[in-house]
Amino acid sequence: MVNKIWGCFIIIGILYCLSNNNIEIVNTAILDSTKTSFDMIIKIFPVMALWLGIAKIAEVSGLLKKLSSKISIVLKYIFPEIPKNHESLSYISSNIIANMFGLGNAATPFGLKAMQSLQKLNKKKDTATRSMITFLVLNTSGVTIIPTTIISLRMMYGSVNPTSIVLPCIIITFLSTLSGLIIDKIFARFYV
Amino acid sequence: MSNYIMPLIVLFVIIYGIIKKVPIYDTFVEGAKESFDLVFKLFPCLLAMILSINIFLKSNIIDLFKFISLIPNQIIPMIIMRPISGTSSLAILTNIYELFGPDSALGTLASYIQGTTDTTFYIITLYFGSIGIKKIKYALWVGLLADLISITISILFINFIS
Repeated sequence: MVNKIWGCFIIIGILYCLSNNNIEIVNTAILDSTKTSFDMIIKIFPVMALWLGIAKIAEVSGLLKKLSSKISIVLKYIFPEIPKNHESLSYISSNIIANMFGLGNAATPFGLKAMQSLQKLNKKKDTATRSMITFLVLNTSGVTIIPTTIISLRMMYGSVNPTSIVLPCIIITFLSTLSGLIIDKIFARFYV
Repeated sequence: MSNYIMPLIVLFVIIYGIIKKVPIYDTFVEGAKESFDLVFKLFPCLLAMILSINIFLKSNIIDLFKFISLIPNQIIPMIIMRPISGTSSLAILTNIYELFGPDSALGTLASYIQGTTDTTFYIITLYFGSIGIKKIKYALWVGLLADLISITISILFINFIS
């Protein structure tokens, strides 16, 4: 998928420039990309290190775990098919908490664990269950409360108020997650 | 108000760590080390994306699509890439900050989109792949719809509220 889109961007861009006799633009675009990407990585690197350091403390101290136990109460309404106190609920909540803090890389291991334990409840091992898809919706609509990576990138690029996006993001995320869950329930009812 | 969020998070995490007797300095360093791995993985992807996005945008072919006036042209590659690859859309986001500034309308919109959506294709491939599920039923459609809703609300938000 990425391969095709990536190729299309390049081919379309170059062909369009050729047809307009604008080949000089392509030359600068190709040469500039090395410098631009290097500058970016140099800017991103220390910021990432900073947040991964903070995140590690939150993880080791058990803070993430503590927070996730708080939201597992809500989860039983979103996942009615999962039996009470099943281990998958704690993995799901850890995954959501990590996502809330914008720690995508911390979220993925929990997400994988959650899928494994949901698979234990699955009767048809090659087919996705309702809970699995609901969990996926929670992940793809991005339940972010504090998008740490974005805030730090905004800092690097000299934003006057890097955290100004937080409140709108919370509102948007809330609305889209809610509609995602509703769509999921509708699909679950009518999909045979 | 929102200026307090970051310092408060840091303060809270550090104090919590001290209470739980975590060696906070060592843990911080250990976590920060993981960034090397990430950055090395990210760079080739960043370069590849900047290259193709650069050629695509600078060719001005996107001017042909001017009729979609609510969606700024420069955001279109991000919308296309967002569900497919997280690092790619992060690269596009950084590029937008670099070109237009993080506080511009475009920068803000890109921040919203990056913050409120996720890489649906990647998550589906990874999560279902890891447990050997082949029939994903309606998962892809619901996932993509959720992304689309986030993007639509972001665009509406920036056009009509802020």
